[in-house]
Amino acid sequence: MNHDTYEASYILGILHDVKTIAMVGASSNEVRPSFLVMKYLMSKGYEVLPVNPGLAGQTLLGQPVFASLKDVPKPIDMVDIFRNSEAAAAIVDEALTLNPKPSVIWMQITVRNDAAAALAEAQGLRVVMNLCPKIEYGKASGEWAWVGGNSGIISSRKQHSHESGRVQSLGLGVKPFR
Amino acid sequence: MTDRVPGFDTLAIHAGAAPDPTTGARITPIYQTTAFVFDDVKHASDLFALKAFGNIYTRIMNPTQGVLEAKVAALEGGTAALAAASGHAAQMLVFHALMQPGDEFVAARQLYGGSINQFNHSFKSFGWHVVWADAEDVNSFEKALSPKTKAIFIESIANPGGRITDIAAVAKIAKAAGVPLIVDNTLATPYLCKPIEHGANIVVHSLTKFMGGHGNSMGGAIVDGGNFDWSKSGNYPLLSEPNESYHGMKFHETFGGIAFAIACRVLGLRDLGPSISPQNAFYILTGMETLGLRMQRHCDNAQKVAEWLSQNPKVAWVNYAGLPNNDHHALQKKYSPRGAGAVFTFGLKGGYEAGVKVVSGVKLFSHLANVGDTRSLIIHPASTTHSQLTPDQLKKAGAGPDVVRLSVGIEDVEDLIADLDQAIG
Repeated sequence: MNHDTYEASYILGILHDVKTIAMVGASSNEVRPSFLVMKYLMSKGYEVLPVNPGLAGQTLLGQPVFASLKDVPKPIDMVDIFRNSEAAAAIVDEALTLNPKPSVIWMQITVRNDAAAALAEAQGLRVVMNLCPKIEYGKASGEWAWVGGNSGIISSRKQHSHESGRVQSLGLGVKPFR
Repeated sequence: MTDRVPGFDTLAIHAGAAPDPTTGARITPIYQTTAFVFDDVKHASDLFALKAFGNIYTRIMNPTQGVLEAKVAALEGGTAALAAASGHAAQMLVFHALMQPGDEFVAARQLYGGSINQFNHSFKSFGWHVVWADAEDVNSFEKALSPKTKAIFIESIANPGGRITDIAAVAKIAKAAGVPLIVDNTLATPYLCKPIEHGANIVVHSLTKFMGGHGNSMGGAIVDGGNFDWSKSGNYPLLSEPNESYHGMKFHETFGGIAFAIACRVLGLRDLGPSISPQNAFYILTGMETLGLRMQRHCDNAQKVAEWLSQNPKVAWVNYAGLPNNDHHALQKKYSPRGAGAVFTFGLKGGYEAGVKVVSGVKLFSHLANVGDTRSLIIHPASTTHSQLTPDQLKKAGAGPDVVRLSVGIEDVEDLIADLDQAIG
């Protein structure tokens, strides 16, 4: 597929399908994007498993940190890569050795590795590059408009409060018909 | 199956405005509240530290305002927008995010008189120095650059002269200089021209004018093009460096393509305070739903009025870019092909006195200091909007003593022509 742009329905499908996310490059610095994204995804009900060899054995937002994807002791639905484009190749290689394999590889904003993406897609994985799942969740739920953001999505369907019942938290709503 | 890309009029109605999540209200509610409750202390501290999306206090954001911002951003093709109390407030927030005391910016001297005042006088007291360039001579922008230049500012369709600026040519100069191009798109609106498509990095609006369109509410907006690298030069420390008031967060690193809009909100609106009222945001939202319909009618009427004036023996000149013999007609075809806007100037052979006579004699046109209303407006800039300028500045701004400015409304054009006919006599 063309990875320059993505259909909103493709992204929304991924956000609906995945439950467990391994975040490679999660940071303990509370003002770094990887920390903020991990925190946000957890608040939306995803189980986020941080991977960072420098922090292995510690906990981050209450979650144990693993040295590598191989060390994560449970099936992973999505690998979210907070590393540079070159480093993404080895992470995808490692992800493809997991059993079961993850179903989604997600590379963060500025991260793009087309060769790695092609390898993963050849094995049936869905790939997203140069986007952020926090931003895409915010766009799909409607929270993005709270900061004046242009989501590129219009809908005559009611936005959904998040199932957590917390105030000021929107959820993805119904899964799109595909 | 590919997702459809909605057209302009669909976006004008739907962008940002899904049914309300709590009540199902189809029209965006007016959230007339100053503050919003928190779930708990943790949620509150996360919101204050920008670690969660959400509303805190209407000086910084409000859900009605958010819908307006998302709609403006979508129509302009930007990544995000920020609404403010007025167009002037929006400009103050833009420059607050870009400038340090002693910095310079280059601006076209053909601007709305209020902007000329703001730049020449109020900004000077902040230590922000304007250097004027000539929109008629693109090279003059390059000549006005210095190592202290932090931005270039132009209007897409200039007020009141109706000139069309060569946006792409100025954008090229800004890009080569490594500074953002700011375009005031008030008179064009994104229905006629989308400056970001031509290389602009930031778009500002007075929403008071055609965007709201009904002359009932003040408002302004900043649109972030998401297309400028704020970290590259180190010249924009508010965006690229750790911010002490947010625990060392770097705005560009954290917010990427919407960093500028966020900085204007959480630093500018937070500390300077010119927020839009939710009620005004609502009125402007309602007006914006018909932006495409109104702008086309405004332009069609203005074209007919300009053509009629140009045939009138008592009229000395008509400066409307939609007329084929106008100097800006080629630029209009490039940047504003659906019409040349609805604000333009003309002069009568009788000069100053004849201009005053028309302004005094109209019965349908309203004599007042605004543009972009459904009703037709008329003014004599030299004695009102531009009265604080010197004779030389008046001339350079296209507001000489004989100049009469029209903002052509969406009434029946035959009635407008009849009114001008009886007033010109």
